[in-house]
Amino acid sequence: MSEAGAAVHAEHEREGFVRHYIFSKDHKMIGRQFLFAGLVMLIVGGLLAMMIRWQLGWPETPLPITGLFSEEFWDGDSWLAQTLPYGTITSEFYNALFSMHATIMIFFVVVPIMVGAFGNFLVPIMIGARDMAFPTLNMLSFWTAVPAYILILLSFFVPGGAAAAGWTSYSPLAAVPDYLGVAGPWGVNLWCISLIILGFSSLMGSINYITTIVNMRAPGMTWFRLPLIVWAIFIVSILLLLAFPVLTAALGMLLFDRLFGTHFFLPEGGGDPLLWQHLFWFFGHPEVYILVLPAMGVTSEILPVFARKPIFGYRAMVYSMIAIAFLSWIVWGHHMFQSGMDPALGTAFTLTTMIIAVPSAIKTFNWLGTLWGGSIRFPTPMLFALGFVFLFTIGGLSGIFMASTPVDIFIHDTYYIVAHIHYVVAGIIFGIFAAIYYWFPKMFGRMLNETLGKIHFFLTFVFFNLTFFPMHFLGVGGHMRRIYNPLHYEFLEPLQGINVFISVMALCLGASQLFFLANFLWSLFFGRRASENPWQANTLEWTAPSPPPHGNFLTAPVVYRGPYEYSSPEVAEDWLPQTRRVEVASAGGHG
Amino acid sequence: MSETATARLEPFESPLTPESWGKLGMWIFLVGDAMTFGTLLAAYGAVRFASADWPHPADVLGINMTAFMTFLLICSSVTMVKGLSAARHDDLAGFRRFIGLTILGGAIFLGLQAYEWTHLIHSGLTLSGNPWGASLFGTTFFIITGFHGMHVLGGVGYLLCILALGWNGKFNGHNYHPVEIAGLYWHFVDLVWIMVFTFVYLL
Repeated sequence: MSEAGAAVHAEHEREGFVRHYIFSKDHKMIGRQFLFAGLVMLIVGGLLAMMIRWQLGWPETPLPITGLFSEEFWDGDSWLAQTLPYGTITSEFYNALFSMHATIMIFFVVVPIMVGAFGNFLVPIMIGARDMAFPTLNMLSFWTAVPAYILILLSFFVPGGAAAAGWTSYSPLAAVPDYLGVAGPWGVNLWCISLIILGFSSLMGSINYITTIVNMRAPGMTWFRLPLIVWAIFIVSILLLLAFPVLTAALGMLLFDRLFGTHFFLPEGGGDPLLWQHLFWFFGHPEVYILVLPAMGVTSEILPVFARKPIFGYRAMVYSMIAIAFLSWIVWGHHMFQSGMDPALGTAFTLTTMIIAVPSAIKTFNWLGTLWGGSIRFPTPMLFALGFVFLFTIGGLSGIFMASTPVDIFIHDTYYIVAHIHYVVAGIIFGIFAAIYYWFPKMFGRMLNETLGKIHFFLTFVFFNLTFFPMHFLGVGGHMRRIYNPLHYEFLEPLQGINVFISVMALCLGASQLFFLANFLWSLFFGRRASENPWQANTLEWTAPSPPPHGNFLTAPVVYRGPYEYSSPEVAEDWLPQTRRVEVASAGGHG
Repeated sequence: MSETATARLEPFESPLTPESWGKLGMWIFLVGDAMTFGTLLAAYGAVRFASADWPHPADVLGINMTAFMTFLLICSSVTMVKGLSAARHDDLAGFRRFIGLTILGGAIFLGLQAYEWTHLIHSGLTLSGNPWGASLFGTTFFIITGFHGMHVLGGVGYLLCILALGWNGKFNGHNYHPVEIAGLYWHFVDLVWIMVFTFVYLL
């Protein structure tokens, strides 16, 4: 074994810079690459949101950048002067802002960080494998995603600007280039192409995760000893495998409609705009759970560690994730109540949507059960995990509310929907932060600063709620989603005060993230060195060095127990690693 | 206690495909690919049933030649099985012959498809135009058969690589998994064609 360990080190040192940091086949390096790519896009997506809020709070007021440039510059024909004339957000650019904000956050931030970064980093090491099943395919999966990232960013700079048909790109608006009223068709075209490329990357990832989890678990790592985050990634990989090809095919059809004059989604040529909606949401609703399940997995990892208690109802957690994954295929119609739907069919979708709340509630109650009677500690990862549970509960409850067709018809396409989606999807960002604060020591071998982390959490939590909760009021007041200037509507004028309040809070929320950015960058180089197991946790990654070498383990691990045996009476410490074998002295110990 | 003894005491769930991880990987890929074809065929069904002037396929498309193409592809599946069997029994000549025949079958299929497309385009059926009625008839025809044709083309290239790799006897009774995995892909492409033939040509 020591020979193998030495070989691992030798191999590690022989790799040059390019092989080690750029074209790496090590699942941990690929995970870090996805993390950095996702965080860069998080900054981009966040800045787009700030501009959206600027426009809604102070419509058609120049951004505070006008003074930075001369009069001559604004009269010139540079990209900035054309896109933001004198610093003012035009209606065309506003459409691109909200379309690209959603696209970037969903496809280029949450999935790459949760599945690409943490899935990659954690899956092999948590099941006791040396690497993924197909390391080359894994590398290829990242490098296939890179052109998708580049194209989506480049699309801001093509004539006519980035995609502006909403992240859902409903037809016929998106199917006919002229309908958007912008100078060129390439925004939506590049949007389609970029997402098709991302679909290939995602397919390669799914193949790798599923094969790895099915085939490569260490001796003793039975299905029901898998950490819940691994279960979550496994289920999400299956959902991605089945859902993303549907989107890819639909995007292909949309691209044909736009480029080659076909009429899949255009009634004048015998096509059907509703077909796009069905295909998009048949992908889109599983996608919602693709986003949220990993955050649930992260929470299920973190709560037991800091409550020093086993997870409440491990099997119920697994079965409810499977139930959510199954039900996610038969709820897509609830996005289309307003699109013209047989009321009987609408009722069926209402029912399935309400049923999906049951497994979600089981998970929430099990998290509460995990906390019940625990000796809870509150380091930053725990705070963010609790924050996720809180936000998911609010977002989940408003979800049940609008699952009912008559309610949905009232609030459809209002800010109520915007509030709901942000409580769920932006709540997932809390899961991402929890994961980063929790696994940063293992990923980079250094601890993040706790004080900065706590400041980051409290500011983010407060400003998040002050930003998104009032949107419920706007929605019930009839404030439409995706409008450029609320002051154009007389009945919205009394609500403008709320818009201004939200915008101020959103800008504060954005500014609070500077604490995270500073903490992350500083700790990367100067943070306190992390020990092997700083949180005294049970799962396998904490038995490897921080950061783990290529090949992960110096000796192949053998697993003796489930992942959540905290405060076990069998040992003196309050944690019991999965690899630790306890000799049972007498039969009486198991009463 | 030695490590191997400890390991044996623990429940060990054996891998699903212990002989080759690539085999499971290919199965998973095929599931994803089946979803893509499924979406295309579902969209085809949706636009066809909503259409008032969908031509009857048999009137426009040549069924006889396509039936022969289908027969050819099924035969190539048989030769694929024979090629794998030859590799497993260390029969190098048989491996070369049968994989070669499989590639030939795929290549003839592609040639006939190119001929069929040229013929149809000359008679006016295009990606966005159809002299016999609904334009989406042409659209779906070219997109679905084209997407399948790309899979056949990819399969021919894939099998050429397998043939080149195994030309000197690399594949044998101990190492035949790459041939088997390529076979999975090839049979899938055949199966999809039978679906395409049924829905696009026959019904």
